[in-house]
Amino acid sequence: MKVALFVPCFVDAFFPEIGIATLELLERLGVEVEYPLDQTCCGQPVANSGCQDDVAGVEALFVKNFAGYEYIVTPSGSCTHHIRHHFDAIPQTEEVTQVRERTFELVEFLHDVLNVDAFPWAAFPHKVGLHNSCGTLRGLRHASMSELGEPFFSKPVALLSKVEGLEFVKPSRPDECCGFGGTFSIFEEPVSAKMGYDKIMDHKNAGADYIVSADNSCLMHQKGCAERMGVDLKFIHIAQILNGDSA
Amino acid sequence: MKRIDHAEASSHFIAEKENEAFHDKRLWDLRMKRDGQRDDVPEWSELRDLASAIKEHTLTHLSDYLLQFEENAKKNGAYVHWALDAEEHNRIVHEILADHKAKTLVKSKSMLTDECELRPYLARRGVDVIETDLGERIQQLDDEPPSHIVVPAVHKLRGDVAEVFARTLDSDPANDDPHYLSEHARITTRPYFLNAEAGMTGGNFAVAETGAVVVCTNEGNADLSATVPPLHIASIGIEKVIPRTEHVAVFVRMLSRSAVGSPITQYTSHFRKPPDGGELHIILVDNGRSERLGMEEFWTSLKCIRCGACMNTCPVYRRSGGLSYGGVYSGPIGIILNPTTDMRKYSNLPFASTLNGSCTAVCPVKINIHEQIYQWRRILSEHNQLPFVKKAAMKVSGRILSDPKAYRRTLSATDAAMEHLPRFLLYTRFNAWGKQREVPITPDHTFHAWYLKNRGASS
Repeated sequence: MKVALFVPCFVDAFFPEIGIATLELLERLGVEVEYPLDQTCCGQPVANSGCQDDVAGVEALFVKNFAGYEYIVTPSGSCTHHIRHHFDAIPQTEEVTQVRERTFELVEFLHDVLNVDAFPWAAFPHKVGLHNSCGTLRGLRHASMSELGEPFFSKPVALLSKVEGLEFVKPSRPDECCGFGGTFSIFEEPVSAKMGYDKIMDHKNAGADYIVSADNSCLMHQKGCAERMGVDLKFIHIAQILNGDSA
Repeated sequence: MKRIDHAEASSHFIAEKENEAFHDKRLWDLRMKRDGQRDDVPEWSELRDLASAIKEHTLTHLSDYLLQFEENAKKNGAYVHWALDAEEHNRIVHEILADHKAKTLVKSKSMLTDECELRPYLARRGVDVIETDLGERIQQLDDEPPSHIVVPAVHKLRGDVAEVFARTLDSDPANDDPHYLSEHARITTRPYFLNAEAGMTGGNFAVAETGAVVVCTNEGNADLSATVPPLHIASIGIEKVIPRTEHVAVFVRMLSRSAVGSPITQYTSHFRKPPDGGELHIILVDNGRSERLGMEEFWTSLKCIRCGACMNTCPVYRRSGGLSYGGVYSGPIGIILNPTTDMRKYSNLPFASTLNGSCTAVCPVKINIHEQIYQWRRILSEHNQLPFVKKAAMKVSGRILSDPKAYRRTLSATDAAMEHLPRFLLYTRFNAWGKQREVPITPDHTFHAWYLKNRGASS
């Protein structure tokens, strides 16, 4: 199985270790991974600002880089959601729709495509609060939504439960947005920060040592909040735990 | 018209720590109660489908059902008026009142009359309008618009209410006991019911097959407003019509559960005929609704039954308060309704959202609210309504991100001068990130550089 790895711009620039963990994890699972070198970004920040004209070139480049692969895997729920649901600034040719359909977020790729049933190399003896980003929760349907009252399911919980020693804590508002929201974090700074602070306290009060998520953009925001608040919480991407990276 | 600055307004709301904390908790409690009520209705999901389908059917046959409603309402002895816009609505109301020499109007809650700015219009013409819903009354006395479509004064603490009542109703300023305050409102409002020459209500539903107007309230004030004075005026947005009485049941099962987490409102009143010896006037108001119905991306926003569930669940609304939206409607539904009335004034609102989607998931009539918020951003951009800085930043970003070489140059420039990177990634107002958050530490190398170094040969 040949898979293209898409490392989102902010992971590339700020969190190379998440890209590395994703690559190594996929390789451990026997996947042949290619990293197209000319990749940049999915265009989400520009498209989410409404600027379809400005994002067209970014989308065209993305398709050029990733066309033809059986799967495109990325450690970002929010980018995957964007590509799957909003990537329409360019004509929807067969090539474009194929790239959109073949793009998978890492958790769903492991859970739904590879059906991974064990991570024998991974241990994480810590209390963990899971942060389901809104893009994964309501966009990609990683987990049951509290709004709908549907039977419980959670792909990230299913995967993390296979990691030795990991213990979940339960925040009181597990579905609440953390307030990152892309450019929202800048243009709506007061509310964004308040939501982040509230999220931090909810996890802290639940007894978490770590917050884990499939979206590091949320974690970047939450970490920034926790550090400013002086709250002792650590943040880790799910790829790093599943890859057995030492905490 | 000046653009509403939601971010600026929210910072003032958050600065009032006690109010903000109460506001967030109170509305989240409503959301939790709503979840509990939903669990008591096993067919909740089917009800949502049904409610949505009834609304979409009606909206796509709107003129037929409106005419049917008019015909049946007239048969019942009501007068039916049509108002194209707020101005015409207000003029009609005033003419009816003038015909009856009415100087005092008691009214129950109606977002539509707020939309039409009826109160100041009538005040200028010498008519005393008394809001009789407790929350609306508090807001009227404090000279503020409602901050929530169901609980209009939810942003106020009881101490705030005590202050307003002491100032305007001569209550004991030291007494902020809720029972005392509501009793005081009740005692001071009651004489208006008895003496007013006219009463006014809105309408939750207008039933085409019977010509009835259905009003749902918890305080009974709509029933008093409609039945005690000899003249009842009901103002209804044209999107409130539904085909049959049996359809009321579908919506009534969801309305109060979604709004405040109670199985039903205390009063669900069907007004069909004029009060004994009096008159019933029904005003069907368009005020931009027909135009909205013609908007491909946004017409389904007309399905809204004004339950406020989207506001209660919205993490942004809970932390910024309804007044920060600067319009009649606030929260997620306000974000998608207000720009249809004034695109420039409300051009910042669609950005006052993280697009988290919780609003869509609680909406009892399945309006894709967060998708419409996203669509509004595109429309605003197309109409050149983005602030210049944002538009310029997006242009530059688009150019860099579509050119691998330029992108790599930007990132490597960053290795030398780190501060460019966040600016590039986070666009403008860079300082906003660092006001209350630490900036992430830039690592020694990008993933790209690591890959070239460690795996370069194989690619």
